[in-house]
Amino acid sequence: MASSPIDLSLALVTAAPDAADWLVVLPVALCIATGALLTMLRGRPALQGGLAVFSLAVLVLLNIGLVSHISASGPVTMMMGRWLPPFGIAFTADMAGALFSLSGSVVALAAGVYSLGDINEKGRRHGFYPFLMLLMAGVSGAFLTGDIFNLYVWFEVLLISSFGLMVIGSEDRQIDGAVKYGFLNLVATTLFLIATGFLYGIFGTLNMADIARKAAGFSGTAPLMTLATLYVFAFGMKAAAFPVNFWLPASYHTPRIVVSALFAGLLTKVGIYALLRTGIMLFPAERAGLSGVIATVAVLTIISGALGALAQSDMRRLLGYLVVSGIGAMLAGLSLGTVEAVAGTIVYGVHSMLVMGALYLAIGLAGRAAGTFEIGGAGGLWQRQLPLSALTLVLFFAVSGLPPFSGFWPKLMLVKAALADGAGWLAAALLIGGFLTTIATGRFFLIAYWRPSSSPQRGEGGPKGRMRGNTGSELAEIPPYPPFGHLLPAGEKGQAAALLPVALLTLASILIGLYPEPLIAAAKTAAEGLVTPSAYIGSVFGGEP
Amino acid sequence: MEPVFAVLTGLFFAFAVYLMLSKFIIRVLLGVAILGNAVNLLIFINGRLLREVPPVLAAGLDVPAGPVANPLPQALILTAIVISFSFFAFLLVLSWRAYEALGTDNTDRMRLAEPETSPLPPEGY
Amino acid sequence: MNSLILRTIAPVLVSLMVLFSIFVLLRGHNEPGGGFIGGLIAVAALSIYGIAFGVGAVRRALRFHPATIAGAGLMLATLSGLVSALFGAPFMTGLWVTPVIFGTEIPLATVMSFDIGVYLVVVGAIGAVALSLEEEEDDA
Repeated sequence: MASSPIDLSLALVTAAPDAADWLVVLPVALCIATGALLTMLRGRPALQGGLAVFSLAVLVLLNIGLVSHISASGPVTMMMGRWLPPFGIAFTADMAGALFSLSGSVVALAAGVYSLGDINEKGRRHGFYPFLMLLMAGVSGAFLTGDIFNLYVWFEVLLISSFGLMVIGSEDRQIDGAVKYGFLNLVATTLFLIATGFLYGIFGTLNMADIARKAAGFSGTAPLMTLATLYVFAFGMKAAAFPVNFWLPASYHTPRIVVSALFAGLLTKVGIYALLRTGIMLFPAERAGLSGVIATVAVLTIISGALGALAQSDMRRLLGYLVVSGIGAMLAGLSLGTVEAVAGTIVYGVHSMLVMGALYLAIGLAGRAAGTFEIGGAGGLWQRQLPLSALTLVLFFAVSGLPPFSGFWPKLMLVKAALADGAGWLAAALLIGGFLTTIATGRFFLIAYWRPSSSPQRGEGGPKGRMRGNTGSELAEIPPYPPFGHLLPAGEKGQAAALLPVALLTLASILIGLYPEPLIAAAKTAAEGLVTPSAYIGSVFGGEP
Repeated sequence: MEPVFAVLTGLFFAFAVYLMLSKFIIRVLLGVAILGNAVNLLIFINGRLLREVPPVLAAGLDVPAGPVANPLPQALILTAIVISFSFFAFLLVLSWRAYEALGTDNTDRMRLAEPETSPLPPEGY
Repeated sequence: MNSLILRTIAPVLVSLMVLFSIFVLLRGHNEPGGGFIGGLIAVAALSIYGIAFGVGAVRRALRFHPATIAGAGLMLATLSGLVSALFGAPFMTGLWVTPVIFGTEIPLATVMSFDIGVYLVVVGAIGAVALSLEEEEDDA
């Protein structure tokens, strides 16, 4: 035994990786490196914004490269540190992960551009940009990793960064929201960890390709059902599925609006992605067994989200409920589990990322212009802010699922998939949810944008400098909203610059609505890759069985 | 050994859940700390138990001489400890700030973000 | 804390602890130890120094802001992972060089620079938390 020569090449991947394989790792490495650089530059807040936006733009380009590489040659894997799978940590990107990663980086870029005019010196000193980059590292890592414990680590990376982002400004309302957000998300990730501990006990491996390969042998046994249930519960909590979604409307309206946009665009979708990865790829038989439960949860999420949106008088809280309602639609696709349904979920995820991110940013601008986030307190925005109002109208149509915008196609795909599966009630819930959302957003638009400003004090004063206190006696009890006067960028130019990211995201939504074929085709590829993961497994283990 | 540890883990979870069901933040915080340890113990048992053989290679060897304890759960637990430690630190500071800012650690009274007297939604057009 | 005993012993104790933390960091590759535990020992040393002489003294002694130290460590760790790209190996592959300095073979590796990065991240991040908590206590 003593010091016998061991052929280490048997335990190592000796072949050099393709240059293109680096695309799997580079998004994460870029975000971490930029985050580290920005942390070191904390004394130079002026530099930070430009650097962060630049590296987010590079991130988008890297993700475009990754998507095109995958669509050309299938899933890509890189083993960390040359270790042979399944022993080393694998980074494996397939179409599903790459699509989510791409749209996530687009939202982050838009939020980064918006933040240039929204995050002041103090916010930068608190580390907005380092946290933003580390959040993106966590999000990219979660989408691209091929190891389930590594997925947990990226969840924690993005969670810690999101805590940092949530309390920037340290207002009392933010602290209140962050307490609920923090504790409930911690419980959710702990559930994820519990499930992963059991998974390791059952399979003895943490590599997702390896698990997918072995899960068929355990199919139908009680431990696997427990695992699947735990994962659905944990990720359902992260994704804000009813009835474990109350942390979302309690917290998403409290931070800076650009932070809300990031969270709405990214975090819940990471939960959905993880649900797809575990439910569809790892434990398909168990997910099928749970499909009744998931479908019920989906319907309740859709309806409760839409009803919650109807009951809100605060613009940002209304959006929080719209996020929840969208999650329900994605869960509907998960409960059906067919290729068409999963593709619908993926398209819905991409649409929801872009549109919800854009909506929060647009509402941020509307709130600035109106001086309040009360729907009833605003008014006449159409006359004063025509471009913003037009963009918001498009986004409202998109989120309600009306053609010809991006929300229409995924809803169509999901409804078709539900009807094909004989789940008419699920299709009905999707349509009713869309109808209620249309009412909620339509009323919002009519009152806050279309109706001329009713209160006499705000008629001639114009948008600038109006803060609060003129919301009527009935509303006087509400704690004051943060004064954002000091954040207003100077003049018309600043307004146009802040409008740019909203306009670009809206344009993306319109483009997807008018020309959906490429996205739908990519989503179908992604869904097939999840339902039959042989290509994914092959990319990790090479040609071996 | 495993049954003893399993029962111990169960007790940890029971305490954690009991504490987290409280409406006072400080008890929830203690519950979270215990929950983290319960999960670590759970992962540890899931890696199978083996006594007195630490997974450290002796000098000059490429592979361990004889069976050793499974090092992977230990690595996982180390990661989980680091993470739960930093979470606990963050939540502790956050709870303290919340107590200072809101004057209470009763979650029922922490209604600043979701005021109880929020106005009705607009009822007409 | 105003204790003569502590203030007399603190410099000795702190320098010993920092030395020990570096020892633990370097021995970490083949034996128990490593960047994380080394960093924690260093933070413990900083806290003792802070208790004895106040947070301001620690900040002056560190020269850099703790967040800057953490950022530098994170950068070092990331770069250590990326070095392997130049040698046709996947991300995070450990690469070794053994230069002979003064007749002694010194094994150096990207694994070690990664560990030093972890050490710095822990010192910076946990140090920042510890210092801010001690600062609050000083205020009270």
